[in-house]
Amino acid sequence: MSGPRIGILALQGDVREHARALSDVGARPVEVRRATELAAVDGLVLPGGESTTIGRLLQVFELLEPLRAAVVAGLPVFGSCAGMILLARDVVDGRPDQPLIGGLDMVVRRNAFGRQVDSFEVDLDVDGVEGPPVHAVFIRAPWVEKAGDAVEVLARVAEAPVAVRQGSLLATAFHPELTGDSRMHRLFVDIARSSGSGR
Amino acid sequence: MVPDWSEKRRHIMSQGQTATAGPATDSARHAGTARVKRGMAEMLKGGVIMDVVTAEQARIAEDAGAVAVMALERVPADIRAQGGVARMSDPDMISEIIEAVSIPVMAKARIGHFVEAQVLQALGVDYVDESEVLTPADPHHHIDKWSFTVPFVCGATNLGEALRRLAEGAAMIRSKGEAGTGEVSNAVVHMRTIRAEIGRLSALPAEELYAAAKELRAPVELVTEVARLGRLPVVLFTAGGIATPADAALMMQLGADGVFVGSGIFKSGDPARRARAIVEATTMFNDPDVLVKVSRGLGEAMVGINVAELPSAARYADRGW
Repeated sequence: MSGPRIGILALQGDVREHARALSDVGARPVEVRRATELAAVDGLVLPGGESTTIGRLLQVFELLEPLRAAVVAGLPVFGSCAGMILLARDVVDGRPDQPLIGGLDMVVRRNAFGRQVDSFEVDLDVDGVEGPPVHAVFIRAPWVEKAGDAVEVLARVAEAPVAVRQGSLLATAFHPELTGDSRMHRLFVDIARSSGSGR
Repeated sequence: MVPDWSEKRRHIMSQGQTATAGPATDSARHAGTARVKRGMAEMLKGGVIMDVVTAEQARIAEDAGAVAVMALERVPADIRAQGGVARMSDPDMISEIIEAVSIPVMAKARIGHFVEAQVLQALGVDYVDESEVLTPADPHHHIDKWSFTVPFVCGATNLGEALRRLAEGAAMIRSKGEAGTGEVSNAVVHMRTIRAEIGRLSALPAEELYAAAKELRAPVELVTEVARLGRLPVVLFTAGGIATPADAALMMQLGADGVFVGSGIFKSGDPARRARAIVEATTMFNDPDVLVKVSRGLGEAMVGINVAELPSAARYADRGW
């Protein structure tokens, strides 16, 4: 059996690292830059990058509305860092006008841990990920400021949620794609597999 | 077996660099590691970093979709035109720019001027560019970049130079090009040179890498790592003379991970529009239809200087060792 086709939004950010992690867990990564390419994937990764840049490019290349529609229709999506921001309902400490896809019932705080000199790595226990702690890399990372009841918190740093799931949407404030540990990607591909059979 | 250079450095960097920020319960947090520094640059890939000299320009850059801004006192074209010693920018100006935008802010320090870098780190700058565009402070030594928490980007004209900067702790490399000219030829030469030299290394049998390291004047561990990866172990951007959307797409097609634009935007007729066009061209660098669309109606490009007509003392790419 061949693995699910997982798109990676390739407007800006660390696309290559996500592609490698997805390949490691048996998925078939494909880059997505056009709304037409969205129809052909079983799941989508929103990579790390600059959320204001990606948001603007989503508008320019007419991907924002198709993405919102795909999320509403149940497309499994995994966002890391900037991707987590894009999946939020609202953002604080960002730009009030920055376009978001939404889908996760949460408000995130941008650059919550501080500037680049405050970026850090730490070992983290993540619910749903078996084995030793996940080594998590936080780079000018957001955290979840407020989350609705439907949002399941999978991991926290200093009380703040940094990994969440709501249905087939998964988001991390950190970058599992940078460490060579592909267990978060395995979790997402499993979500995409099980959701695909029901869709 | 040659030890893995980056792992070794990562290990060194993770000793005793526990972040002081945050609650005491997170004593296992490590800041300033090679992975955090290099990872920051990975997040900028596919993006455009724009030179700005005021908070207003920084906002225009952010609105246009820049992934970061480079705060400096004069753009390279003005440094060329006005002459004199070019130094780190005024801290007030950098702080204003940090306040004005939500995207990362970079700033330039002179080659070898580690105190300028200390000041920039204390200001909360997200990346320091140890830049040949400023007047070098040390004719022999670059900054020891391992001793900083803030990451550094450095310019290079060839692979040996790039690897020497990595050995000193740079977490991101850019081609030097020839800043402030609006002429892309040097950026093209530097990008092609670095890629070709990496290609040659990858084809060498392992026992010939020692001599290759000697020729490149770079540590054999790094040379071995590059040969194995077939690319630099860090992000490689382009800089120096990019003035149009087509220039940006050209550099992306030549293998750049992203683009620095210095004088090209705010020395042009319609900066906001040109900034948006260069961002879109960098994303869709392989799509001629998009390139046609974004190249229309941009107004005047910056006035260019032909690099071939520059006397050698006016060539910034020759600075750095």
